[in-house]
Amino acid sequence: MPSPRYTREIPARYRLEAARCSGCSKVVFPIRRFCPSCRGEEFEKLTLSRKGKVVTSTVVHVPPDDFLMEAPYAMAVVETPEGARLMTQVVDCDPSAVLPGMDVALEFRLIRREGHSGILCYGHKGVPA
Amino acid sequence: MRDVAIVGAGMTRFGELWDQGLRDMFVEAASGALSDAGADRLDSLYVGCMSGGQFVGQEHLGPLMADHLGMTGVAAVHVESACASGGVALRQAFLEVGSGMSDLVLAAGVEKMNDGADVTNVLATAADQELEVYYGVTFPGLYAMIARAHMQHHGTTEEDLAWVAVKNHHHGAMNDKAQFRREVTPEQVMASSLVSEPLRLLHCSPVTDGAAAVLLCPLEMAKEFTDRPVKIVASGLASGSMALADRDDPAFLDAVQKSGQRAFEMADIGPPDVDVAEVHDCFTIAEICCIEALGFVEEGKGGPAARDGLTAIGGRIPVNTSGGLKSKGHPVGATGIAQTIEIFRQLQGEAGQRQVENARVGLAQNMGGSGASSVVHIFEGV
Amino acid sequence: MAGIAGYGAYVPRKRIRTEEIARQWGKDPGAIERGLLLEEKSVPGFDEDTITISVAAGHGAIDRSGVDPQRIGALYIGSESHPYAVKPSGTVVAEALGIGPEVHIADFEFACKAGTEAMFVALGLVEAGRVEYAMAIGADTSQGAPDDALEFSASAGGAAYIFGVDHVVAEVVETYSYTSDTPDFWRREGEFYPRHGGRFTGQPAYFKHVLTASRAIMEKTGLTADDFAYAVFHMPNGKFPLTAGKQLGFRKEQLETGWVVPTMGNTYSGSSPTGLAAILDIAKPGDLILITSFGSGAGSDSFVLRATDRLPEVQDLAPTVCSMLEGSRQYVTYGEYAKFREKIIAND
Repeated sequence: MPSPRYTREIPARYRLEAARCSGCSKVVFPIRRFCPSCRGEEFEKLTLSRKGKVVTSTVVHVPPDDFLMEAPYAMAVVETPEGARLMTQVVDCDPSAVLPGMDVALEFRLIRREGHSGILCYGHKGVPA
Repeated sequence: MRDVAIVGAGMTRFGELWDQGLRDMFVEAASGALSDAGADRLDSLYVGCMSGGQFVGQEHLGPLMADHLGMTGVAAVHVESACASGGVALRQAFLEVGSGMSDLVLAAGVEKMNDGADVTNVLATAADQELEVYYGVTFPGLYAMIARAHMQHHGTTEEDLAWVAVKNHHHGAMNDKAQFRREVTPEQVMASSLVSEPLRLLHCSPVTDGAAAVLLCPLEMAKEFTDRPVKIVASGLASGSMALADRDDPAFLDAVQKSGQRAFEMADIGPPDVDVAEVHDCFTIAEICCIEALGFVEEGKGGPAARDGLTAIGGRIPVNTSGGLKSKGHPVGATGIAQTIEIFRQLQGEAGQRQVENARVGLAQNMGGSGASSVVHIFEGV
Repeated sequence: MAGIAGYGAYVPRKRIRTEEIARQWGKDPGAIERGLLLEEKSVPGFDEDTITISVAAGHGAIDRSGVDPQRIGALYIGSESHPYAVKPSGTVVAEALGIGPEVHIADFEFACKAGTEAMFVALGLVEAGRVEYAMAIGADTSQGAPDDALEFSASAGGAAYIFGVDHVVAEVVETYSYTSDTPDFWRREGEFYPRHGGRFTGQPAYFKHVLTASRAIMEKTGLTADDFAYAVFHMPNGKFPLTAGKQLGFRKEQLETGWVVPTMGNTYSGSSPTGLAAILDIAKPGDLILITSFGSGAGSDSFVLRATDRLPEVQDLAPTVCSMLEGSRQYVTYGEYAKFREKIIAND
């Protein structure tokens, strides 16, 4: 991943910075210009809790090349207590045990490596709560 | 808007076409459509292709394809909406003819997937790079999460999913253009290797090379080209949230519903009026979600449809008589046009063994990504 | 008096048993377990490195201190496994913890004592009044060459400490450092595994530095072993710290709380700092604590700490070392271990 593109996403990926729409209270993650629900443009910043619940999930057995060494791994849509949803891996447990309703904590992890010599890309992953 | 008709169609065989490059496949399909209609000229052409750039390193497909078709000089443009690129190319051609701007317009789709590219990575560019792909999600992964949510909300079973594959392979076995012309059993589907739980290999459409093209003209000119034109009565296109996490119900494909509603409204008919449909079964779960969103079955009731025979040839609403993406193959950019060709042949009464009796109204639904774009066309035999 | 305002630790959930490694190389697991006093060790997942361990430990330190990360004016990370050869670990950790950009950052390296080295400097800046709070982290995902004795101990984990003047949970009573050029263990630039001098790592290296530093700080403070509630020494294996403790006059009860190595392994720069965190997890106000690190090359840093009344209030505000060592664990096979430790090379 080219590092300029990576750098722009740091607030969301490193610190889970999100925003709540002042008009309709929808929580958007990452922060965007327009609220997808009401097109409002006024937001109040907030930081998501480092925890959530699995909404839906899968176990990836055929990974993209960059994730070859990690397969099989669980991926899930996780909803935080603020109501934001994010796509994340869930690790440090039996991947087949990652099912809807599971409580997870969100930990800072290495997400991908850009080959042997490129940058290291970080973000959050779910772990059993 | 003028009435618009399809007057000719051509397509390559779908499969691993090692001897043909992107342009060769396009030329075979496009010249096939022209000769099917007996046409020797074009005003304009649209080529739907998801990612010539990443699969074979080739962009700027409009002029390239016009050149190789021997039509240098015509208006030619590449259309992209991920796996819905073909369907959207058809819509552009439909709008151009309907508007009166052009008379003879070719809508084509092409994809060369077996040329050494990392297919999983290229396809994943149709998902949200920053929010989904970054974390290691794959397309089967996204549809697997849709499947698990559907199972969770509606009690859909792995066997329900398997029957979609069984039914589509049964249809595809009768299609000489199909990549997999063979039947499969529910047991074979459920014993195939896991790709992304709960989806297995036989729940997934294959990696396919292929091209397809149809020729459009004003309905009033159609008889110059064919005795049996098929009228395009409606086109509906809609977008939905790009990232799966941003959808309130991951098991429901909002854009599919909207595109269907728009097309039905334009055609002034409803789902029960459709005699035959091609829907975007890139994974077995996708067919289930699409027939729900299109209104062929109630929301949440799509699971048992294939097992109950509802969607098989001879059922209440035959779906994917071509074999669908599952068995016919899924050269992503070509798929929307190939679906259109199946409906074209069905409404002409020329679908051979797969013919749905008295088919008069047909529908084709083509979607991109994990359902963030969907395009629906409704056709009528003339 | 300046001291520790907050602390946190992190130990990966993946573990490998000593017997699993021994079996791979046809060694007698019983002899290894008895000889090195090691039962199992933590293993970093494919997605864990010094940076992620530092962030996890840092969150614990911030949560326990209640300090606004914006008030942390310095961040130092000691490790011998910084993921980049060029580019700091600290910048990633600071961004993730909400520290800075008005912050001074440096990555430290001094074999296994880089963590206490960071603590030493952080404390100094706070005492000098140069910054209000300073965070110091010792973390590693250490590597031992296959079939080397180090493979039984080299593990992953770390601890983070926020130093400040106010509201401290433990005061720093005294510090002492002792250093000499002793090439007992090293890794050259570009090499994957460290090398060591075998038995030369013992008496002339570990024991000489640990014992000298510990005796010196006790002399400096006028304290004897009996005055301390707890002591922790760098833990390259199970045996060395117990032997050192005994020679200094400590009893087993004073040593066992911080002696986390039998189930955690040697987390290198994170070793004695994590042992200290385990002590702070249960220490009572007024308890005196001795920590002496050791880094090959070689040197030792010693600190004498005194727990304050505030310590019990913060102990439950972040995961304890014990909860991580005894909590949910995932045991891996040697094959999985080799994969996680990148001993198996995939195509690029």
